[in-house]
Amino acid sequence: MSMTEDTARPKRPSGFWSYANPVKFLGLSERVLPTLWVLAAISLVAGLIWGFFFTPDDFRQGSTVKIIYLHVPSAMMAINAWAMMLVASLIWLIRRHHVSALAAKAAAPVGVVMTLIALCTGAIWGQPMWGTWWAWDPRLTSFLILFLFYLGYIALWEAIEEPDTAADLTSVLCLVGSVFAVLSRYAVNFWNQGLHQGASLSLDKEENVADVFYFPLLVCIAGFVLLFLALVLYRTGTEIRLRRARALQAREARL
Amino acid sequence: MPDLGKYADTVLSAYAVSILLLILLVVLTLRQGTRARRTLQEVEKRSKPNA
Amino acid sequence: MKALLRRDLMLAVRAGGGFGLGLAFFLIVTVLVPFGVGPQSELLSRIAPGILWLGALLACLLSLDRLLALDWEDGTLDLLATSPLPLEAVLSIKALAHWITTGLPLVLAAPVLAVLLNLPPAGYLWLIVSLALGTPALSVIGTFGAALTVGVKRGGLLMSLLVLPLYVPTLIFGAEVARRGTEGMQVMTPLLMLAGITAGVIALMPFASAAALRVNLR
Repeated sequence: MSMTEDTARPKRPSGFWSYANPVKFLGLSERVLPTLWVLAAISLVAGLIWGFFFTPDDFRQGSTVKIIYLHVPSAMMAINAWAMMLVASLIWLIRRHHVSALAAKAAAPVGVVMTLIALCTGAIWGQPMWGTWWAWDPRLTSFLILFLFYLGYIALWEAIEEPDTAADLTSVLCLVGSVFAVLSRYAVNFWNQGLHQGASLSLDKEENVADVFYFPLLVCIAGFVLLFLALVLYRTGTEIRLRRARALQAREARL
Repeated sequence: MPDLGKYADTVLSAYAVSILLLILLVVLTLRQGTRARRTLQEVEKRSKPNA
Repeated sequence: MKALLRRDLMLAVRAGGGFGLGLAFFLIVTVLVPFGVGPQSELLSRIAPGILWLGALLACLLSLDRLLALDWEDGTLDLLATSPLPLEAVLSIKALAHWITTGLPLVLAAPVLAVLLNLPPAGYLWLIVSLALGTPALSVIGTFGAALTVGVKRGGLLMSLLVLPLYVPTLIFGAEVARRGTEGMQVMTPLLMLAGITAGVIALMPFASAAALRVNLR
C-alpha cells in the first residue's frame, strides 16, 4: 500500500521553485516584507541624506551632481525592472507558473515610475547644462522609448479580460519589446551621434566617480533595489489575492 | 541646507519630483494591497459560511 | 498560398477595403505639414525626408486594424488556423498583401508628394529606396500588433501604442537614409541597418505573430 502511495504522489517542487505555489509565495512574502520595507527605507533615507548633505560639489557641474543619487539608481532600476519582467515572462511561457506572470504584471508599474524618475531627473539635470528643458540626448531618448514600452505593456494587461490570455500576450509583447528596445538603443545612438558629444549625463559609469561620491551612491542604489524588491513582492501578493478573489467570485456566480 | 549655489532650483526640484513619485507609488501600492486583502477576506467568508 | 494572397488583395481593393485610404491619408498629412510649420521652402526641403517617412508610417498604421479584424469577426481566422498552411505562413501572406496594397502605393506616391515639400532632387532616389526597404518591415511589425490586439474591442488605439515604439528603429534608419541621400552624404550604414532590420523582422516576427494569434484563437 505504501509503495503505490509513494509512486502515486506527484513530486513537490523544491527550493526556489516551491514559491511558484501561490500560497507558499504569500507565506514567504508575509515573512520577508516587513524587514524588506524597513531596510529599504533605511538605506534610501541614509543614502539620500548622505549624498545631499555630506558630499562636495563637482567642479564642473556644481551642486547638480547631487542629482546623481536619484538619477543613476532609478535609471538602473528602470532597466532591471524590464529585465526581471522578461525573465518572469519566459518562466510563465515555459513553465506556466501563475506567480511568475503576476510578478511581471506587478513589476511593470514600478518600472514605469523608475523610468519616469530617471527621465525627469535627467531632463532637470540637463537644463542648466544644455539650456533646454528637454534635449534628445541618446540616453534620455532611449529611456523615453522604454517608457513607451512600459505603457504599452501595462495597457495590454488592462485591455484583455481573460487573465491567462493576458499573461500570454503580454509575455510575448515583453519578449518582442526587449529585442526592439535593444535595437532602438543602437538606432538612437546612431541617430544622435552628431550632437551633445561631450555633455551626456554619463557621470555614472564612463567617468571615474570619485570615492566621496561613490559610496553614498552605492547606498542609494541599494535603497532603490530593496524598495523595488519590496514593492514587487507586495504587489505580486496583491495580484495573487485579486486572482483568487476573482476565481471565488466566478464560482459564486456559477452556483 | 548645504549651499547649492545657482543650481538650487534644479537640485531641489529634481529631489522633490523624485521623492513625490516614490511616495505616490508606495501609497497607491499599499492602498491597492489593503483593498485586495479586504476583498479576498469578504469573498472567502462568503464562500465558507460554516467556517 | 497564392489563393490566400489573391483573396486578401481583392478584399483590400474592393470598395470599403481601404485601398485608397492610406494614400489619401498620406496626401492629407503632406498637405497639412506646411500649414503647421509655415510655407518657407527652405525649411520644408530640410524636413521633407522625415515628414514623408512619418506620413508613410502613419498611413501604414491606419490600415493595420483591418488586417485581421474582418477575418476575426466572421470566423475566417479560425478556419485559417486549422488549414494545412502554418499560421506563420498565413500571417506572412497577410503582411505581404498589406504591403502590396498599402506600403507599395506609398512608395510610389512619395516622390509625387515630395514635390509638395520641395524635396531637393538628390533626395528622390534615396527616399524611394528607403521607403521600399522599410515599408515591408512596417507591414510585418504591424501584423504582430494586429495579432496581439485582435480580440480587443476597438483595439486600434491600443495597437498603435504597441506598434509605434516598435517602428522606431526602422523610422530612424529609413529617415536617416533619406536625409543623408538628400545631402549627398554616405548612406551605406543606415541603409544596411534598415535592410538588416527588415530582413530580420520578415524572417522572425511571423513566429511571434502566430504565437499571439494562437493565444487569441483559443
